Amino acid sequence: MNYKPIDWVDERLGTAKFTRKSLNKIFPDHWSFMLGEIAMYSFFILLGTGVFLTFFFVPSSADIVYHGSYAPLDGHVVSQAYASTLDLSFNVRAGLVMRQMHHWAANVFVAAIVVHLLRVFFTGAFRKPREINWLVGSLLLMMAILEGFLGYSLPDDLISGTGIRIAYSITLSVPIVGSYLASFLFGGQFPGDKIIPRFYTIHILLVPALMAGLLGAHLAIMWHQKHTQYKGKGKTEKNVVGVAMWPAYAMQAGGFFFLTAAVIAALGGLAQINPIWMYGQYIPYKVSYAVQPDWYMGWLDGALRLFPSWEITGFGHMIPTIFFPAVLLPGITFGLLMGWPWIERIFTKDTQAHNLLDNPRDNAWRTSIGVGVMAFYMVLFFASSTDVLANAFNLSLNFVLWAFRALVFVVPPIAAYVAYKLAKEASSASRAGRPRKAMVVSRSNEGEYTTEESDPRIEVELKRSAMHSEVPQPLPEEASFHAAEATGEGTSESEGGLAMSASSLSSAATGEMSERPSGGPEVYQVPPGTPGSGGGLFSPRGPKLSRSFEDPEEEK
Amino acid sequence: MSSSTPELEQEKVKVGLVKTSESRFEKVVAVSFALSLLASIGLGIVYWQGGQTQAEGALLFFALGGLGFGIVAWGKYLVPQGPYVQEREELKSPESERAVLIESLERGVTQIERRSFLVKLLGVSIAAFGVITLFPFIRSLGPQPKKMLYVTNWKKGSALVRSDGSKVRASDLEVGGVLTVFPEGHAGGAISQTILIRPSFEDIVTKPGRETWGPQGYLAYSKVCTHAGCPVGLYQELTQQLLCPCHQSLFDVMTGANPVFGPAPRPLPQLPLEIDSQGFLLAQAGYDEPIGPGFWERA
Repeated sequence: MNYKPIDWVDERLGTAKFTRKSLNKIFPDHWSFMLGEIAMYSFFILLGTGVFLTFFFVPSSADIVYHGSYAPLDGHVVSQAYASTLDLSFNVRAGLVMRQMHHWAANVFVAAIVVHLLRVFFTGAFRKPREINWLVGSLLLMMAILEGFLGYSLPDDLISGTGIRIAYSITLSVPIVGSYLASFLFGGQFPGDKIIPRFYTIHILLVPALMAGLLGAHLAIMWHQKHTQYKGKGKTEKNVVGVAMWPAYAMQAGGFFFLTAAVIAALGGLAQINPIWMYGQYIPYKVSYAVQPDWYMGWLDGALRLFPSWEITGFGHMIPTIFFPAVLLPGITFGLLMGWPWIERIFTKDTQAHNLLDNPRDNAWRTSIGVGVMAFYMVLFFASSTDVLANAFNLSLNFVLWAFRALVFVVPPIAAYVAYKLAKEASSASRAGRPRKAMVVSRSNEGEYTTEESDPRIEVELKRSAMHSEVPQPLPEEASFHAAEATGEGTSESEGGLAMSASSLSSAATGEMSERPSGGPEVYQVPPGTPGSGGGLFSPRGPKLSRSFEDPEEEK
Repeated sequence: MSSSTPELEQEKVKVGLVKTSESRFEKVVAVSFALSLLASIGLGIVYWQGGQTQAEGALLFFALGGLGFGIVAWGKYLVPQGPYVQEREELKSPESERAVLIESLERGVTQIERRSFLVKLLGVSIAAFGVITLFPFIRSLGPQPKKMLYVTNWKKGSALVRSDGSKVRASDLEVGGVLTVFPEGHAGGAISQTILIRPSFEDIVTKPGRETWGPQGYLAYSKVCTHAGCPVGLYQELTQQLLCPCHQSLFDVMTGANPVFGPAPRPLPQLPLEIDSQGFLLAQAGYDEPIGPGFWERA
């Protein structure tokens, strides 16, 4: 391979050190660390599909007579926004797939952020030194919800138009400045003709730019502080144990982008979402049954339905009823969310930095609070479909409403209590969460089944899978680099000796002596006998390595 | 290198722990990439033929999924996984570093603080510039609310028209019927939308002062919900109730559209009606209170 460009860039930008550190960065390996990745990849997909949509969408509420390819609406007066959404769905190649992917990706995006947030919360990853990233992440969640609502509003269909009307009323309900705020944000009285173009600018420019900046900061801070890790063998507060950025992590994470995109593409092509031609154009005096927003607004809609009809008047002023569920509740929600690292510290008095994550069961108090709060928002979420539930189960709307008003107070404490008890139980149970031994179930000729534990030697084999070393070891390249630095050998120019010192150092760390099958610093230093170092289906050189299971006992 | 015992091999087969060999993983990755390649070609053909949503979705799934699955499998089974260990560097800078930082800051701060008048003047100037710059930006976004939220297009003598602009006669609506009406000249208006009802029951409880508002049993209420502003679109004739489908507020038509269920805090404002000599329905006057959801200035 030609490495000249590396020299060229390094001589001009001095990037070799950063790049070396980046390639050799260690990422702890756990499925729960991929949740944030799903969110990030969804964001990329949103940017890509979104740019595509902007080429065809016309952000205008000016009326035109529709003569497009959707026959049932032929001759109807519709807005340009609505008509252009129909056109890009029906007449543009892959337009509908792109639009539906965009919508699905938005739903996945917010969902992934929320689940990622829950992971961070329940494992205590927000503790010092990561409070800043907790704030950045919370801001990203709020922006994602806002961005989703704005985008959902753009096609100017009956359901989203009703949503904008509610948003206008909510803005109006803010004490003191509400009527000014509503007039300035929506360009006058509802509906007007300024909302769609204005929402469009905010949706495609302002909020995405802010989000891209915040996402960059989120990643940069994570990169700088290094990832947290779960407790385990060889893992301490002062180290990171996992796979190397290059090539294992880069391949896994990079491939995961395509997997995320594949699922969103399948949803976009096969699962219909927001068929606006079935809802019709937004007409202010029309409304349809089962008016529900996208899922991430469900808790607000539920709160609007459940909150009693209390309106405070006095001194010639009014605090409208929707202020409480739609302004105060989100304010408290996001206030508590952002303040949580400091709120928790009041009780724990813990000012230490933490790089090892809590197992949720070992911190029963935090887990139970989290579960209780989750239960509260889940009840609100389900309350956003009171009418649908009443219809589906043939109950009176009155009963469903009052049931939810009760549930919103009853469910959270019960959920929190159960979570607390379960956590206490789980953390006191011995061996809970540890890998189990393989069990052999065999059937005798008479048809009798017996279960017995497998040969203990097999477990040893499992851990010694070809690509895994038994004991965490430093990356050979890094080890040799630091060894050379320490002995004052200098770090410039590649010498054959460096590679040798690397291998001997790593061997020393793992406590086994080995011979290197091939040398030279340009070769990735892998323990002998590992695949990739020779052989294989597409490998041009060397014979296939025949590997066999070895009994560690026999080796000695 | 010792070979494993036959018993151990058998045991592994029994528990299903026979390891997939490297070349088998290579085959999986190769099949995965090949599948992606085929799907991409298929996608090209579908586009060329004009496109088909479901086919595009499925082919995109295989094109992207094949790439993703192949790359992940390669990265997980065909490259070294460690575990590797790396020491964390202390995030905190050494004390000496911070001390020099503070000294360096001091260098400027002392110079600036000496001229406190200039500092204050600078602060005021920047603040003034900021406020003045914000003003046209914010102020141009929309008009001041003024009387906007208090008035509708209904005036004394406004004829009731349908959404297509045609006037409504007193004989047009059947008993038990309901119609969305607007003031003449403002058909389809969001703020003035009004629901005209001719209830089939006689026991209307008229609020004091509204005795003349409902000629021939007609009642007209603002269609904008007093909760969050949705159109109160569903009329249940049997119970004489109006339902808002957004948050399920119920208004009792017979008692002046009082809210009887759900989160709506106030009755729907009533429009006083009259019938002119030709039998057309007119508004006696506009609404006597602001319509729709509440706001701060509203008493």
